[in-house]
Amino acid sequence: MKTLTHLQRLEAESIHIIREVVAESRNPVMLYSIGKDSSVLLHLAMKAFYPSLPPFPILHVDTTWKFREMIQFRDQVAEDLGLEMIVHINQEGVEQGIGPFSHGSAVHTDVMKTQALKQALDKYQFDAAFGGARRDEEKSRAKERIFSFRSDQHRWDPKNQRPELWRTYNNRIHKKESMRVFPLSNWTELDIWQYIHKEEIPIVPLYQAKERPVVERDGSLILVDDDRFPFKDGEVIEKRKVRFRTLGCYPLTGAVESEAETLPEIIQEMLLTTTSERQGRVIDQDHGASMEQKKQEGYF
Amino acid sequence: MAHVSDLIATDIDAYLAEQESKSFMRLITCGSVDDGKSTLIGRLLYDAKMIFDDQLTALEADSKRVGTTGDQIDLALLVDGLAAEREQGITIDVAYRFFSTDKRKFIIADTPGHEQYTRNMATGASTAELAIILIDARKGVLTQTKRHSYIVSLLGIRHVVLAINKMDLVDYSQERFEQISQEYMTFARELGFADITAIPISALEGKNILEPSPVMPWYSGPSLMKHLETIDVAQEQTRKDFRMPVQWVNRPDLDFRGFSGTIAAGQVSVGDELVALPGGRTSKVKSIVTFDGELDTAICEQAITLTLEDEIDISRGDTLATSKARPEVSSSLAADILWMDEHEMVLHRPYLIRLENNTIPGNLSRINYKVNINNLEQESAEVLTLNEVARCELSLTEDIAFDPYDDTRSTGCFVIIDRITNKTVGCGMLRHSLDNATNVHWHALDLDKASRAKAKEQKPAVLWFTGLSGSGKSTIANLVEKKLFARGNHTYTLDGDNVRHGLNKDLGFTAEDRIENIRRISEVANLMSDAGLITLSCFISPFREDREQARQLCGSNSFIEIFIDTPFEECEKRDPKGLYKKARKGQIKHFTGLDSPYEAPENPDIHIKTTEKSPEKIAGEIVDFLDREGFLTT
Repeated sequence: MKTLTHLQRLEAESIHIIREVVAESRNPVMLYSIGKDSSVLLHLAMKAFYPSLPPFPILHVDTTWKFREMIQFRDQVAEDLGLEMIVHINQEGVEQGIGPFSHGSAVHTDVMKTQALKQALDKYQFDAAFGGARRDEEKSRAKERIFSFRSDQHRWDPKNQRPELWRTYNNRIHKKESMRVFPLSNWTELDIWQYIHKEEIPIVPLYQAKERPVVERDGSLILVDDDRFPFKDGEVIEKRKVRFRTLGCYPLTGAVESEAETLPEIIQEMLLTTTSERQGRVIDQDHGASMEQKKQEGYF
Repeated sequence: MAHVSDLIATDIDAYLAEQESKSFMRLITCGSVDDGKSTLIGRLLYDAKMIFDDQLTALEADSKRVGTTGDQIDLALLVDGLAAEREQGITIDVAYRFFSTDKRKFIIADTPGHEQYTRNMATGASTAELAIILIDARKGVLTQTKRHSYIVSLLGIRHVVLAINKMDLVDYSQERFEQISQEYMTFARELGFADITAIPISALEGKNILEPSPVMPWYSGPSLMKHLETIDVAQEQTRKDFRMPVQWVNRPDLDFRGFSGTIAAGQVSVGDELVALPGGRTSKVKSIVTFDGELDTAICEQAITLTLEDEIDISRGDTLATSKARPEVSSSLAADILWMDEHEMVLHRPYLIRLENNTIPGNLSRINYKVNINNLEQESAEVLTLNEVARCELSLTEDIAFDPYDDTRSTGCFVIIDRITNKTVGCGMLRHSLDNATNVHWHALDLDKASRAKAKEQKPAVLWFTGLSGSGKSTIANLVEKKLFARGNHTYTLDGDNVRHGLNKDLGFTAEDRIENIRRISEVANLMSDAGLITLSCFISPFREDREQARQLCGSNSFIEIFIDTPFEECEKRDPKGLYKKARKGQIKHFTGLDSPYEAPENPDIHIKTTEKSPEKIAGEIVDFLDREGFLTT
């Protein structure tokens, strides 16, 4: 008698979690970051409710500094799948002219991402929000629950988490409190790529190597994605064959030089590479516990 | 992530095809702070080549700053997550770690060995198929080794690896290894594991981890990694009888009605006869629907959607099972409970019992015995405190379908939720039904609540009057009942006079008795509601939790909480029965409003201020409310 493979088991577990949220929550939403993990999450949601469509909207918190290709991809996906896509931008932040170049990554991320997310959750009164975070991404996430309780101030209290046993998820909350739910908790980066390959899930073309205009700054390759890019003395645009291992705001996401154009080549490159995924993200490099602090403040 | 296979560089497509058939296993590591548990996990990750160069660089820096291994890199630091615990030097919660080989993907639940964190170990064990029990070769089998093994067996893990660590510190002594493994095997005999594999290792030096080590030539068994890669843990569940808790009813349109869930045990094929429990109706599988196409057969762990030949009423909380070997159905069960909260468990207090696909109010009605987890002896107990384990009697407000936990975890497990704080305060493993008639399956009755109500041309409701003594509950309820009777409705009033003197005359006024008093009244009100009546219940019922319990039991659609709000001073002035005078003199203890609290409803369905209107007018308004809400007609 056959048993399930590791990808089949991960898929089934994620579908179970997604269904559980829909069965028990009043007003759930799926957060969508346009990255590869979000693509997998959305694909699993399509599977979970088939032949119905996922009975919840998709929310993208737009910092206004995402790669243009990401935004095109987002709109295309929503149209192809026939889902309701809510796009939220922190208008106060826009009015104050907040951006990564002018205010630095910390202020930009806090105002345009963390605060914007809280605004959106409050505005639509979502009581459960799916996120694509994985436990293998970062040390502090290894202890995150699948159903992660957030106070009425959206705060995470790592010392006071509910015990989580079996598949008996405790998702009871009081008014204004909420749940963040992570169906991909038990996936690794390699699982994600293998699954995208096996299921032929569309991803943003930025993951694939191509000649792109970049500027080298502080050892990172930054894509010049629009005319908001402020050049420093001596900086010139170079055409290099690059791809992105992780996607965020374009000024905060470094590209890597690569020849990997196809999915198998990307996986091959990842398996042979010797640095971890988040190294391309400027946000994590402050010090060891910075992600934990951000999470306590409400960052995903 | 420098995986070992040469195929990655030479033929990535072949590699990916090979990786697709990889299997999966979850395990837990148990040991104390000093047994080298974090080092072992770090070693497994390191040896499986799961550590990136940048992580290794960070690790080297961390090792110099806070490491405990001198010049060597401290692999334990790889698995220490949160800032707070890094400072304390201990792990304080459950963390999940990932590694994979070419054959299998693993998830390790890393749980602390410190005594006060039994609950974390249980959490990690609940999803694990195998446990690694770590022993320091210098110390041998300790009390905590026994404690960990007991919890592992309690949570139903059947496969155990006894990792006898720090062999480097006992000169790789075969004698010491055999002495420890024999002592352990003798102790573990009564715990019912399917297999125990003892392996001598040194996590620090990486001996017998990946490959058999030449420094212990006397050991001929597999290395730890080899054993983890090859042991068969997944087959058992698929051979069992089919069970699927229904999570969600899938209705995209009027033509499709599917039941979505994850298969808890066994397998299912098109044409199989299934029973939906606790209801008891049967039908055959028409199709097994997935996004990737219809299946002929689905197996354990798969998340699917079933359609049936017949239109039978099935909803979330029901269990679909093979009609040939049915789960038991009962509302009264024996369960092993592990208490996980700082506040102790209170007998008879209403809690929420969260099963995999349902949440049901219930309480623990009796502690049969407590288990001393250090020596496994049974002791008598009245309360349960944090990290204590006991065999208890669980009473639920409705029937559930279940299997003994050791047969099927998914249909035999539950957690206990506090109704006020929503915290998870305990977990439990169902063992057997306490109902003698448990295997007599209910014949689905044709005559139900709706048909009885229809004959009375009304919708049943429970009008729950709450307020201080002397606030006017009974006066108003009497007037309401008269008005309803005059309209031709069918009613009954429950109050102190007809309940305290009969049904509840064995109860006093202690906190426990008060809870039981309200519980019985709720049950009676619920039965009357089932009979189709509009029931008026007039009790002080001062505690929010009790009223909430009544609401849950009677169903929130037909439960109407009416707050008779009369100020304390006014009630004392009226004092129709002279009770306030007696209480003031100290002749009545625990008098509500005086030396026992009244928790006013926060969102009553009807809020009546008696100082503003006459009882007659108030009664009229309540009847109007019922009329408006459609209770007085069908």
